[in-house]
Amino acid sequence: MSTADTLQGFKRDGRVVIVGASLAGLRAAEALRDEGFTGKLTMIGDELGEPYDRPPLSKQVLTGWVPADGTTLPRRRDIDAEWLLGVPADGLDLANNHVRLADGRTIPFDRMLISTGVRARPWPVEAEAALDGVFVVRTREDAAGLQRAVAAGPSRVLIIGAGFTGSEIASVCRERDIPVTVAELAPSPLVGGLGAMIGEIAADMQRAHGVDLRCGVKVTQLEGDAQGRVRRAHFSDGSAVDADVVVVALGGIRNTEWLRDSGLAVGVWGVACDAGCRAFDLNGLVTDDIFVAGDVARSPNPMYEYRFISLEHWANAVEQAEIAAHNMVSAQADRWPHLSIPTFWSIQFGVNIKSVGVPTYADEVVVTQGSVADHRFVAAYGYHGRVTAAVSFNNAKWLDHYRRLIETAAPFPPPCPTPDQPLDAKPVPVDFPGPTLLAQGATVVVTGHDPGERRVTAMRQHR
Amino acid sequence: MRVVVDLSRCQGYAQCAFLAPDAFRMHGEEALMYASNPDDAQRQQVLRAAAACPLQAILVDQLKGRDAPVGTSPS
Ligand SMILES: Cc1cc2nc3c(=O)[nH]c(=O)nc-3n(C[C@H](O)[C@H](O)[C@H](O)COP(=O)(O)OP(=O)(O)OC[C@H]3O[C@@H](n4cnc5c(N)ncnc54)[C@H](O)[C@@H]3O)c2cc1C
Ligand code: SF4
Repeated sequence: MSTADTLQGFKRDGRVVIVGASLAGLRAAEALRDEGFTGKLTMIGDELGEPYDRPPLSKQVLTGWVPADGTTLPRRRDIDAEWLLGVPADGLDLANNHVRLADGRTIPFDRMLISTGVRARPWPVEAEAALDGVFVVRTREDAAGLQRAVAAGPSRVLIIGAGFTGSEIASVCRERDIPVTVAELAPSPLVGGLGAMIGEIAADMQRAHGVDLRCGVKVTQLEGDAQGRVRRAHFSDGSAVDADVVVVALGGIRNTEWLRDSGLAVGVWGVACDAGCRAFDLNGLVTDDIFVAGDVARSPNPMYEYRFISLEHWANAVEQAEIAAHNMVSAQADRWPHLSIPTFWSIQFGVNIKSVGVPTYADEVVVTQGSVADHRFVAAYGYHGRVTAAVSFNNAKWLDHYRRLIETAAPFPPPCPTPDQPLDAKPVPVDFPGPTLLAQGATVVVTGHDPGERRVTAMRQHR
Repeated sequence: MRVVVDLSRCQGYAQCAFLAPDAFRMHGEEALMYASNPDDAQRQQVLRAAAACPLQAILVDQLKGRDAPVGTSPS
């Protein structure tokens, strides 16, 4: 039988298993059916219920406008799948092509997609993490609990970690006039994702909105009362703050433990795959039947010197899912690379923050247009004299312009495209904290050429 | 009904907030917040908003007969 016949046979009545039934998993399933896959499709997910959207959890849901169980994702089409929900996958057997579930069942496949995403990094001291009033935010259950706690009018909310999620939660609490302390180990908020210059602007924004922002400090202990409710936090500088709600926003842990013995190139930065979403095995050889998409994927981007990049971005999950699905049902010559420039947004303190490109892949940054004081500007990032990223504050309509600069490797610093050139448009060093700090707030991590390098940059715990 | 906005595409033009104010709201100058699962009574307004979005950033449920997953895992 020719390869083409085999592919046609697979498309007609092959078996695809998708592990991780959230944004990337759902969009991949829809794309597979769009591509004409009529075989058996199985969705495996450890969360119950239909796939839902997470970005609203730290925004509309926390304000109380949208209920936590009201962010179910719209469907683009019927996917005619078998759903196995509520039980995690806990192993992948590549010799026999099946997925093992935690309850012992084995699910055979011809091709499979790994889209198990990320979970919230918990507070490292278990007894303290278990105190009433201590939250993380990744699932709708997390968000429902935090929303209730915030609605009850706490005396103070302490947020540990000033990355995007922590900052968004601080913003919502301030909107509701709840006293907020934010503790961040790095010198400023958002610094892991966007560097020191934007970090300082974010710090000003937080303080202007009444956040008690404490940078360069670690939370060393969470103290509970006799009823097991959190009531105070202690800091590394010897100070303490009374708080009845504590939000641990220390970033995510990629859900790869279930693949530990699979023989795939798996590590703290995710599952390494090629630009076509095919997983690498431990030897760095590309597999043909295992695909990866979404927050758990780590893939080389030709626009960034083929470096492996891990993203925790909504749009990336959607795009990778579509590429993976297409490549699953295509012959080698018809496969697509995932080449798009990363994009990200965050809404905080009334400001729409957006980025294109990879801001952590830069050595210099400059405000190219608008006014920092008015929180309406664009900053461009450059690496070795070319534009690699841009960040806008309330200036989203300009980002397409910067996307084109990135795609064409335009020289850095770029000229101001508007008459509102800032007075002191001089590039400054971008200044990111070291890799251990980076791991906490970053949603983009550039992780080097070699799948084995992940060991060198292994993340450390917060304390 | 179910809605999701691709906010990496959205440029905050606010047509949606004008056409379906109960489902789409501007937060500050250009940040959009929306109800992901608005009431079916808002369907016509939301569909109009989705059609009017200049960036085609608004996705509305396309499902007729939903192949909803089961609540618990069959064994
Ligand atoms: C509070 C919050 C705010 C966010 N805000 C933004 C934003 O403003 N902008 C933006 O671009 N992005 C944002 N994101 C990120 C965005 O939500 C993610 O990029 C997106 O959810 C990634 O989708 P995914 O399908 O790859 O992974 P996930 O959504 O993490 O889904 C993975 C799924 O796999 C399941 N799973 C894990 N392990 C197993 C297993 N062993 N067996 C079976 N199932 C398993 C998980 O339970 C989960 O359901 C935010 C995320 C959060 C949590
Ligand atoms: S109409 Fe479209 S671009 Fe404008 S705010 Fe709404 S979603 Fe965004």
